[in-house]
Amino acid sequence: MPDVTSDMSSDWMTAAEIAAAVKAKTMTALDATEAALARVKQRDATLNAFTDIVAERARGRARAIDAAIARGDKLGPLAGVPFAVKNLFDVEGLPTRAGSKINRDLAPAKRDATLIERLEAAGAVLIGALNMGEYAYDFTGENIHDGPSRNPHDPTRMTGGSSGGSGAAVGGGEVPLALGSDTNGSIRVPSSFCGIFGLKPTYGRLSRARSFPFVASFDHLGPFARSTADLALAYDAMQGPDEADAGCATRPLEPVHASLAQGLDGLRIARAGGYFAQNLFPEAREAIDRVGSALAVSKTVELPEAARARAAAYVITTTEGASLHLDRLRTRPNDFDPAVRDRLIAGAMIPAPLVDRAQKFRRWYRARVLELFKEVDVIIAPATPCVAPKLGQQTFVLDGVELPVRANIGIHTQPISFIGLPVVAVPIPLEPMPIGVQIIAAPWREDLAMRVAHALEQAGVARAPRPKDV
Amino acid sequence: MILTRPALTDSLDNYIDAVGSALGLTIDPAWKPAVRANLDVSLKLARQVDEFALPDETEPASVFSA
Repeated sequence: MPDVTSDMSSDWMTAAEIAAAVKAKTMTALDATEAALARVKQRDATLNAFTDIVAERARGRARAIDAAIARGDKLGPLAGVPFAVKNLFDVEGLPTRAGSKINRDLAPAKRDATLIERLEAAGAVLIGALNMGEYAYDFTGENIHDGPSRNPHDPTRMTGGSSGGSGAAVGGGEVPLALGSDTNGSIRVPSSFCGIFGLKPTYGRLSRARSFPFVASFDHLGPFARSTADLALAYDAMQGPDEADAGCATRPLEPVHASLAQGLDGLRIARAGGYFAQNLFPEAREAIDRVGSALAVSKTVELPEAARARAAAYVITTTEGASLHLDRLRTRPNDFDPAVRDRLIAGAMIPAPLVDRAQKFRRWYRARVLELFKEVDVIIAPATPCVAPKLGQQTFVLDGVELPVRANIGIHTQPISFIGLPVVAVPIPLEPMPIGVQIIAAPWREDLAMRVAHALEQAGVARAPRPKDV
Repeated sequence: MILTRPALTDSLDNYIDAVGSALGLTIDPAWKPAVRANLDVSLKLARQVDEFALPDETEPASVFSA
């Protein structure tokens, strides 16, 4: 085993840089894997990002890649890149805990989730599974069973959730690439709080097969990375229909990596006003102003009835979530995080006509928002109203009003995922804590959101800041 | 129109007991204040949606394709 504790050369390398080094034979896949495992060992006592490490599997996979290189085989675009997944993804041999105590009693998964298979087919190396809020019903990254994942820029603060371990592992430099899920904001919120890039693709774009669900109407899976190029490489590798997910679209591959550098020419970009210009701490205003200024945005659009959209998303979430967990609520209520249990029990009690009305409103809202995309290509909006709150913080004071933290973290993400729009969360490196901005496009136009995100990165406006102690 | 706020406040505990029983959920009395608070928030948000008039022919977003 190499002396990885003294060789941290891949410490802050991007996935693309690692893959290039592996292909150039200046780094072996095994070296990259061992370095990642060593970083996890060194940093995870603080970050608490990982719940499972699959070291021997990873070493075996890395050796196979190195053997392929020795044979002169063609390598995938992510050759030798270590990655990790939120622990709601099936990993062969592990029970899919989905942040819960209850699921630990499940039989070990017999097969990896589709997206893991696709990343590994592109040469990536899975090294473990990541902490998350129980059953993904969370915006904080706290977990009563496994402890909170901790923000790499300040471990006394939240990572955001529910993909909290994904945010900590990428933002803290343990791995350059991670996967998470986003039902109401669970990729975009940790991206914002941890200062990294996150892509929530169009609803139905990426297969959810063999991942533990939450809200079938809204569940999306997607990647986290520290650069737009890495985000694009991972996203492109994971696209494609999958009969094992009834919600996965049968669209052709529409890769985005090659078009990243096309720039902003011809793109009509607007800022979301109204609802999205309210309830913002100064840092969130500063971030959206910087992005608006860099993109020379002069137009403002208003997403109609966005507050009602958030309300409808809440109703559908709590009821579909309750339906999913009804048997467990009957048989093992004491094994839930009480806060999650009590929300789900309440969700089970919403009258069905109100849920049907929420789904009808969803159709209405979708049509109105799609009208906006006849006038603009991309809309920018805050990702979170604030930088990462302190762990355990219950309220914050905004404009003199004390508001509950949990209920307000996702107010700007929920009206977007409600209708499945693709979004790139870009990190704005404010000091001392970063914060994200949403780059939103019309359905199936991830390419446009990624182009804008890349342009912001090239301009130095969006950047994943390196934590001071990493 | 769903229940008005005072009626909701008065009736939520009975409602929780009745629906909990119908669904086979055992709700510890100690959990009830939190369940009630969550239900109150959920119904308040559901009311925001309920108050928005939509045409009768509006399809729900959850359309099934055969």
